[in-house]
Amino acid sequence: MALKNTSNNPIGVIGAGSFGTAIANILAENNDVLLYSRKESVVETITKTRKNVGQDIHDRVTATHDLELIGNQCNVIFPIVPSANFREMMRSLAPFLRPYHVLIHGTKGLDINLPEGYKISARTPLTREHVKTMSEVITEESSVVRVGALAGPNLSKEMAAHQPAASVVASHFDEVIYTGQKLLKSDRFLIYGSNDLIGIELCGVLKNIIAVGAGMIAGLGLGENSRALLISRGMVEMIYIGKALGGNVNAFLGLAGIGDLIATCSSPLSRNYTVGYRLAKGESMDAISGSLEETAEGINSIEVIKSLSAYYKIRVPITETLHNIIHGEMTVKEASTYFMKFPFRAEIDFL
Amino acid sequence: MKLKDFNPNQKPKYPPILPRTKHWPIVQLAKNRKAFVAEVAQESIERIISLTNKKSLKEELETTVYREKMRIKRNPWRVDPRDEKSFWENVQQRLIEVEALPDAESKGVHDKILGEIVSRYAEEIAGNFKPSSYRFARRVVTLGFARLLNAARFKGPWAVFRGNLDLDDKIHITGYPEHVRKLAQKGTVVMVPTHFSNLDSVLIGWVIQFLGLPPFIYGAGLNLFNTKIFAYFMNSLGAYKVDRRKKNLIYLETLKVYSKLAISRGCHSLFFPGGTRSRSGNIEKSLKLGLLSTTVESQRFLYQQAEKENATPQKIFIVPVVLNYNFVLEAPGLISDYLKAQGQERYYVESDEFTSSYKIFTFLLKFFTKGSDISVTIGKPIDILGNPVDEEGNSLDRNDQPINTRDYFVSEGKVTVDTQREEEYVRILGKRIVEEYHIHNRVFASHLVAFTAFELLRVRNVKLDLYTLLRLPEEDLVLDYDEFLKTFMKLRKKIFKLKKKGRIGTAHHLEGDIDKVIKHGLDNVGLYHATRPLIRRKDGKIAILDMNKLYYYHNRLNGYGLEKHVK
Repeated sequence: MALKNTSNNPIGVIGAGSFGTAIANILAENNDVLLYSRKESVVETITKTRKNVGQDIHDRVTATHDLELIGNQCNVIFPIVPSANFREMMRSLAPFLRPYHVLIHGTKGLDINLPEGYKISARTPLTREHVKTMSEVITEESSVVRVGALAGPNLSKEMAAHQPAASVVASHFDEVIYTGQKLLKSDRFLIYGSNDLIGIELCGVLKNIIAVGAGMIAGLGLGENSRALLISRGMVEMIYIGKALGGNVNAFLGLAGIGDLIATCSSPLSRNYTVGYRLAKGESMDAISGSLEETAEGINSIEVIKSLSAYYKIRVPITETLHNIIHGEMTVKEASTYFMKFPFRAEIDFL
Repeated sequence: MKLKDFNPNQKPKYPPILPRTKHWPIVQLAKNRKAFVAEVAQESIERIISLTNKKSLKEELETTVYREKMRIKRNPWRVDPRDEKSFWENVQQRLIEVEALPDAESKGVHDKILGEIVSRYAEEIAGNFKPSSYRFARRVVTLGFARLLNAARFKGPWAVFRGNLDLDDKIHITGYPEHVRKLAQKGTVVMVPTHFSNLDSVLIGWVIQFLGLPPFIYGAGLNLFNTKIFAYFMNSLGAYKVDRRKKNLIYLETLKVYSKLAISRGCHSLFFPGGTRSRSGNIEKSLKLGLLSTTVESQRFLYQQAEKENATPQKIFIVPVVLNYNFVLEAPGLISDYLKAQGQERYYVESDEFTSSYKIFTFLLKFFTKGSDISVTIGKPIDILGNPVDEEGNSLDRNDQPINTRDYFVSEGKVTVDTQREEEYVRILGKRIVEEYHIHNRVFASHLVAFTAFELLRVRNVKLDLYTLLRLPEEDLVLDYDEFLKTFMKLRKKIFKLKKKGRIGTAHHLEGDIDKVIKHGLDNVGLYHATRPLIRRKDGKIAILDMNKLYYYHNRLNGYGLEKHVK
């Protein structure tokens, strides 16, 4: 065991989507990287063409279809797979994980784990017990404790284009933060640290909801004033939810909170934004999800947060409205009018 | 009152697992007491100096002197040494004189003063274990307990002098005693019980020897040493002293080093991680992490040492223990402390009901002759990160796959020291212990009657805050029996459901005919208080006579979300 744990171990990345691939490329600047994809065809394509999801693949990245190899070879692993598949992936990976492993995930979604036969209703609402952040899934499913999360304004396409950016690595362990910083830092990628793991994870999750709304505003052809209104009210809503779920306000005011929110709400490169945009243009939700190449986490998060808000008894007007639109109970136009009439009380009351 | 809920034919006997006294690590420790104390002092000094690196040691010393002088003035105890005042005055004097010296010289004096303080603390903390008096004390405690219990059983004072040493069904030991016995032969056991009463220390001492385990060193509140009889037994049973009044860094570090070194040497150890007795009657919700951190640190140290010496590392096993009573002697004082301290941060003097040997004796006599169930649940052993441990001593993950505990301390293939990481581990361990407490808590009928009555009053007066609720006028403190029964039944059902899921335990007497269970509860809740918290009146209604005590006994069932089923 001592032999394979030297500092020359490759770094693992699980999930070869656009963000996973971008992170693998950044890591490869200083390390050997093992990039896992669950699809053998993707592994083959990467190996043959050295290209994936429109990005060139760094020479030091090796694609693999073998989770055991990742567990045995790597001390540090970055799982970046959609939240819907995260738990399943962890279950397959867990047998190869040990307490010395460091896992820093980059997934911006929530996990729902209901006991068998449990139906969500008014009497049996969705509670925090059923909803887990990805770091919680990791510790639940494996013996790993040194867990971190990576979040920040990191649009994959800009990163692939070698543009400067910054991100936050959050963990309860200083060791994990240092490890993340050491591995990811470069002259065009700046890494901050945070101890508020849950807070940072929630920032990444919740901003996707607001991004869907921002896309709609753009789709309706409304201007910058409207968008600014949505972003700042969205921020307040994020903080309310975040606090209820166990995060601190501070995280939301930083790079992973307001920073990421601005990036995702301003850029057509963001998937969640695109979903909102197309909804406003009159496409149905089914049609949109059918044509998306990768998951828009925001849609799933809207469902989860809507249910949770009932349990926590908090008001989430933006999330709720988006929920109604997605389920066809309200048109985007109606929503916009409804919003302008919504009785907000004090503007800021969480500080 | 006597419900048969225990199979009387099943009397487990636990022979000692290590009959030869000289093999007990604690004996080794006691033999070399002087050297051990010196070692504790040395390591503590190094640690404090490295901790005060950023601030100045001088500041730390000054704070310590100030606090110690305050303590002597405001909260003196009989057990305190006589020269205490002069010692601290002397230290203060020298600290003032040092001001005049140049930095290089004053540093030497500061280090010297630190050395003196630490040695004094280490000497005070260290136990005075003697194998011979252990044997004697053990006999006395065993005989005493068993005979007192028997006296209760036959309902006659003469039974005390009869030779029959059976255990009555009064102390139930449940859980995993065999498991712990096995592990005590494979590694070092650290017991962490819940803390409700001063009786806990004696009770747990008895349980340890009853289970045939070698003596444990254990952290007992210094206040218990105020009484000579207690002091004698505590010393004999291997206690070391924990003084909750001293909250200065120097003392706390010395205490931790003592515990760490003892555990690293394989001394089975016991301390109350909640710190003081639970004031509110709640099961500990958060733990004091100081002493707990010494388990994680020792385990890492043992791995380091094993690596250096190419030996097999000793493993540390944590055993949560839950004690349940129908009656806590100190309840009135504890709950009033709790209510006073809530809301306002203030200096308060630790109350001490066990002031004289006579009081203790009468209490014990009352306790055992009148008899009331006590239950001791030996929890399932866990490792220093809270993973369950099998009988071979292997840590297991959720899928019952073995975990190598060493891996928790490994970075890049080697065992490394990372204090921040270990702090985090202690936090995780603390959380896990609290979870285990809740799982191993055993619901008594007396807890449930108190809980039911209090929650009924709470929903009836939903607009009142706690303090107003506790001051409700007498005429509002009556409940219809039928209403009470209905809620009690519902809650019992919920509790059995939780039990099925493995989230709580119940006493056998909670099963069966509901009226009998309620009667059992009412007969036992706060049995020996001058005013009983809760009674059934002649007209059949349930009357609450003392809200504070009711609240106290009710709190035992907090933390399970049961209150939401009361409407």
